[in-house]
Amino acid sequence: MPIVLDEVAFDYPDGTPAVESVSLRVEDGERVAIVGQNGAGKTTTVKLMNGLLKPRSGAVMVDGESTADRTTAMMAQTVGYVFQNPDDQIFTSSVQSELEYMPKYLRWEEARRDERVARAVALCGLAQHLETNPNDLPIAIRKFIAIGAILVGECRYIILDEPTAGLDVPGLRLLNSLIDHLQSEGIAVVTITHDMRFVTESFDRVVAMANGTVVADGPCEEVFADDDVLKRARIRRPEVAQLVRDLGIPTAALRLDDIVHKIP
Amino acid sequence: MVLATLRGVSFTYAYTNEPALRDINLTLEEGLLYAIIGPNASGKSTLCALLRGIVPLFHEGELKGTAEIRGRNLLEWDPAELSREIGYVFENPFTQISGIKETVFEEIAIGLENLGMPSEEVIDRVEKVVEQLELGALVAKNPNELSGGQRQKVAFASIIAMDADVIVIDEPTSQLDPESSDAVFAIIANLKKSGKSIVLVEHKMDLVAQYADRVIALNGGRVVIEGPTSEVFTSPLLNASDIARPAVTDLAEALVHVGRPLSRTPVTRADAAELIRARMKGGPRANRSR
Repeated sequence: MPIVLDEVAFDYPDGTPAVESVSLRVEDGERVAIVGQNGAGKTTTVKLMNGLLKPRSGAVMVDGESTADRTTAMMAQTVGYVFQNPDDQIFTSSVQSELEYMPKYLRWEEARRDERVARAVALCGLAQHLETNPNDLPIAIRKFIAIGAILVGECRYIILDEPTAGLDVPGLRLLNSLIDHLQSEGIAVVTITHDMRFVTESFDRVVAMANGTVVADGPCEEVFADDDVLKRARIRRPEVAQLVRDLGIPTAALRLDDIVHKIP
Repeated sequence: MVLATLRGVSFTYAYTNEPALRDINLTLEEGLLYAIIGPNASGKSTLCALLRGIVPLFHEGELKGTAEIRGRNLLEWDPAELSREIGYVFENPFTQISGIKETVFEEIAIGLENLGMPSEEVIDRVEKVVEQLELGALVAKNPNELSGGQRQKVAFASIIAMDADVIVIDEPTSQLDPESSDAVFAIIANLKKSGKSIVLVEHKMDLVAQYADRVIALNGGRVVIEGPTSEVFTSPLLNASDIARPAVTDLAEALVHVGRPLSRTPVTRADAAELIRARMKGGPRANRSR
């Protein structure tokens, strides 16, 4: 069952529209990247997906039910949202207690809790940090703690807000293997990012937003080939894709491994 | 003139066991743009803080070796005087913003007011910076209502307004979209042109390759390599340390693996385009047709 946004509008508290007539659909196990300038409506769109925000008009349906009828706490069991700034999310004094917080709150049985926590620890590479206070760890590891705390839940959709900001090479590798794993379990991954290399290397579908509306939604190859869309959403091609474009090499390839074979 | 000379510098924060910096030997010249790169927790922010004296004058810890800033031992600097000579933009704009001013305009002015500058001059300088950074739409807003990206620009503006000779910036673009990141780097390049010395931490290697004169690569608190930008990005030492490189440099390496290396390794897109274009013109097909 998908997430469906149908002609959704939402206003900021001061009355200015944040998103206007946004329609999109996220299927099980899909990977979708939402891109666009700061202030384009990306974060509002994903907060509508998990019910943190309710639409002014239009409907958001998750697994066939309107988010308007469900509490944020109920929604959090289905659509997990990992904040851009891990410090907005982390609040306990050890990595272990951060990961166990939700299952304890929901009074899960110990076996179920331990299994889910162990899975999150493995996927997020947190084994050696369990006793540590998250505040004593670098931001890259705090980002994985924030992801891990959401993965403990049994969400079928995971939203990652700017996951690559501040990550180094090993962190990126871990993030990519984590996304692969989630997809293998049929979990959909939606990301918001400014990192176009990440988009094209790790996502198949891209939604470009500008001024609160969707200006393009389709396969990366299609969206990044369209100069008009790039201009309207004020986004760039990844560096190597722009390079082949500059050289006039006729290819829609975006990934480095594909482009290498297009260079004469 | 020399901006900083570090000889055998190690620094361990109070209440921690592992040094954040280990045996650093570096000479930084004035008038250049230095980029500090490296994995997480490699000492980048600590090195920035040291150049600005925040380490060890504000954050306590054990400093070994000698650190000289503009010819004077760091420990002999008056912290207030050093803060006027070296502007410092924190990694986290939430740390930088004072939280006590009600408008962005006043926030940008706060440092200048602290210097006791006459208010006409304060207003003049703030207006210039607002124009330069295109912050006109934000000046009347409360700094606490800004998005992360907007706060980052305001934090940057408040330091530019101070007009210090040296500007140290810890990740100027971490919360910015590509267009704003380019705009910030264009301003930084202009500051350098006007004679400022810039030291910054940046993860976006394509931008580093385009703008930095020299790169300092750190790993585990040690200097892996320091040198001219293209030399550092093409060094095998970098790859071995899991430090990211510009995308076109990765592409060049991939071309080596498929047996079609370029004549040398590029670090910027313009450079890569030039090398590939030369090959397209004088490549194997041209040879055959002769």
